[in-house]
Amino acid sequence: MSDPWYVLSAIAVSAAVTWALRAAPFAMLAPLRHSALMAHIGERMPVGMMVILAVYTLRDTDPVALASAGAAVLALALTIGLHLWRGSMTLSIFAGTAAYVLVTSVIAA
Amino acid sequence: METETAGAEPAGTHEEVLAGWRAVLPACVAVVPLGLALGVLVVHSGLAWWWAPVLGAIVFAGTMEFLLVGLLAAAAPLAQIAVSALLVNFRHVFYAISFPLHRVHGAGWKAYSTFALTDEAYALTVTPESAGWSRARIIAIQAFFHAAWVICVAAGAGLGSLIPPQVVGLEFAVTALFVVLGLEAYKVRRSLPIPVLALGCAIVAALISRENMLLIAMGMFVAAIVASYVLTARRRRRV
Repeated sequence: MSDPWYVLSAIAVSAAVTWALRAAPFAMLAPLRHSALMAHIGERMPVGMMVILAVYTLRDTDPVALASAGAAVLALALTIGLHLWRGSMTLSIFAGTAAYVLVTSVIAA
Repeated sequence: METETAGAEPAGTHEEVLAGWRAVLPACVAVVPLGLALGVLVVHSGLAWWWAPVLGAIVFAGTMEFLLVGLLAAAAPLAQIAVSALLVNFRHVFYAISFPLHRVHGAGWKAYSTFALTDEAYALTVTPESAGWSRARIIAIQAFFHAAWVICVAAGAGLGSLIPPQVVGLEFAVTALFVVLGLEAYKVRRSLPIPVLALGCAIVAALISRENMLLIAMGMFVAAIVASYVLTARRRRRV
């Protein structure tokens, strides 16, 4: 399919927009870096962003379909439980993903 | 938490790069399934396999890359691709508030560091123990993650159809990664209202628009945090 110039332009446009979004705010926020408000926000941002990103990755989960929501709830409980218990990122992620893949693959089959 | 790894000691560049490798390893492992999945998707959408590592290396924003493969397959106009990239990656605007770019000296290094400012790089470098990390360690984290991502995407494209289509749900690895990083970030303040507020914002945003929920949720969350700051400041003044 597709013209390589089109694909290359699309990749370049995506990369340029992404880079601009990542780099430009540093110049604009620099004077605010030492403000009390920025410290207040910066301290509370990471945990909030991770919660929002996690929910975002689950946005296509159907909350009323047991096959979809059940697998997600089970895998989330396993991931969180293991992480609070053992504190190993790799173990928590692997076990949670394995549980999710197993349940969804079996249901899909 | 601060005592876990004393990051302030002056270490050599070699040690710092090694420490960066150790810090980023779980994130690299976590994105293996996603990288493979993206590679498989690129090949299945009809693009030549070598586009997969090119895409992974140049765009380097996972969610956008998955979206872009779909847009390319639909031959979407470039303007639509630009707007999609803007919406999907707008959250990165907020990362400038706490990402330690002031410790990355040199214009070239700053350019790379902002280019490679992924969600994972952000999450790994704003933890309490990262407070004294050097440029070498921060860049090492970003570069190792970049390399791991490109390798995984290329491997996924190479393996292509070898992963049976019956195996589904590999994308949960990304969810698990954000959950675990969220738990780590929670340990900083151990205050429940903030994650609960974020969860509320995310759910409300998803109900408003599932496509744009990332932008809406992050906007609402930041607005609420600013409001809480203004309210406490006013209350303090009154007392």
